[in-house]
Amino acid sequence: MLASSQILQPVRASTIIMSFALALFLNFLPWRDLRLMPDFVALVLVFWCIRQPRLVGLGAAWALGLLTDAGNGVLLGQHALAYSILAFLGIWLSRRILWFGSGLQALHVGAILLAGQAVALLVRVVAGDGFPGWALLVGPLAGAVLWPMVSWLLLLPQRRAEREQSI
Amino acid sequence: MEHSPPPFFKRGPAPLVRLFFFASLSLALLVIDARFRYAEGLRSWLALAAYPIQRIATAPIELLGTVGSFFSTQAQLVEDNARLRAKAMAYSQDAQRYEAIEAEAAHLRRLIGAAERLEVRSVTAEVLYHGRDPYAHRLFIDRGATHGIRPGSPVTDESGVVGQVTRVHALLSEVTLVTDRDQAIPVQVVRNGLRAIAFGGGASGTLELRFMAANADIQGNDRLVTSGVDGTYPPGLPVATVMRIEKDAENAFARVVCRPAAGVDRGRFVLVLSDDATRPPRPEEAAKDKREKRRGRLKDSDAR
Repeated sequence: MLASSQILQPVRASTIIMSFALALFLNFLPWRDLRLMPDFVALVLVFWCIRQPRLVGLGAAWALGLLTDAGNGVLLGQHALAYSILAFLGIWLSRRILWFGSGLQALHVGAILLAGQAVALLVRVVAGDGFPGWALLVGPLAGAVLWPMVSWLLLLPQRRAEREQSI
Repeated sequence: MEHSPPPFFKRGPAPLVRLFFFASLSLALLVIDARFRYAEGLRSWLALAAYPIQRIATAPIELLGTVGSFFSTQAQLVEDNARLRAKAMAYSQDAQRYEAIEAEAAHLRRLIGAAERLEVRSVTAEVLYHGRDPYAHRLFIDRGATHGIRPGSPVTDESGVVGQVTRVHALLSEVTLVTDRDQAIPVQVVRNGLRAIAFGGGASGTLELRFMAANADIQGNDRLVTSGVDGTYPPGLPVATVMRIEKDAENAFARVVCRPAAGVDRGRFVLVLSDDATRPPRPEEAAKDKREKRRGRLKDSDAR
């Protein structure tokens, strides 16, 4: 059954805020090699942009990007730009992506995450940094692999309420 | 009366328009931050906002450490204790000898009329986490402006120079490691006093001496220490050991690759050194003063 064919409860704002806080927390964990880790904030952002394009949009993406920039001590605006483009792609493709099953959705999300990573790379190369190696591709791909699980988890609050109603 | 759509159809500007708005805003911020460094205030506020999440994120690791130490065995503790006691004994002997030698050195320096070495204060800090940026080698420590950390202070651990404080927020500061591509540190070969500048090697986690003459007297396993001529790093801190020397017939310069002495990617605690003692003014400033004076004199003569 496609995820889009289920009737879901309306999302609560607290769910969205909590998911973003959790994603920021996961991003700020002291990982050993950060290139190999998926960007959880980007993943959750893409999820909400696809699911709730009217609630989560470019403004939220930009603010989260700035927070990430300051927290990581990188150029202010690097993640803000990348997340804005991620959010735009998510909103733009949301109607299309929701028609697919979770595997094909993951492919789309992988492409979107790669685009975001490419924007960040472009910004850093223009700012005068070197290319940090092809391991950079692992993060977005890992994000795409995690997509089915993340979308299942984030839809859980809405779905559980529906099941209770049907009983 | 004007016909406007009912309010539930209003969706604000189109996503593409919003994208242009936010992208240009980001680009403007990027340029401001990279070129002019006007955005530091905003960055400090944002960093303060992100601080609680960062602190919570490092908590599980600390908790694991605590739990691990709770279950450490008696035998291990006894062994550790004995080892540490032996180490402390050796260090205390070294310290006594050091004091005597320091007094002697100060005496000799007074005799030959050299300036006395400045006292160096140090603050212990705990490493919060490594920067999430794969393009730069940075780490974050849990001491900031409220603890008296200043930008530019050198950071060391027990075995050598780790890096330099490059940005100070209220409660934490950012340390750029010596292995970062943009970080340079003036060094001296212990064996013969040859001065050079060590640059970070980037992703390889090494240091490099670039632009060394191909016939420079430098060998494998030479130890490099800070030379102190820059007025930022105190002299004599271990920086690196020479790993290999790449000489190229086409190139007039040899490339010397070194391994950092400090555990730049290990360890939980670092020392932030600071020397608040007054230093003689930099020559540039003196030169500027002179230029200004000369300009003033010219103006005077014009007036006359």
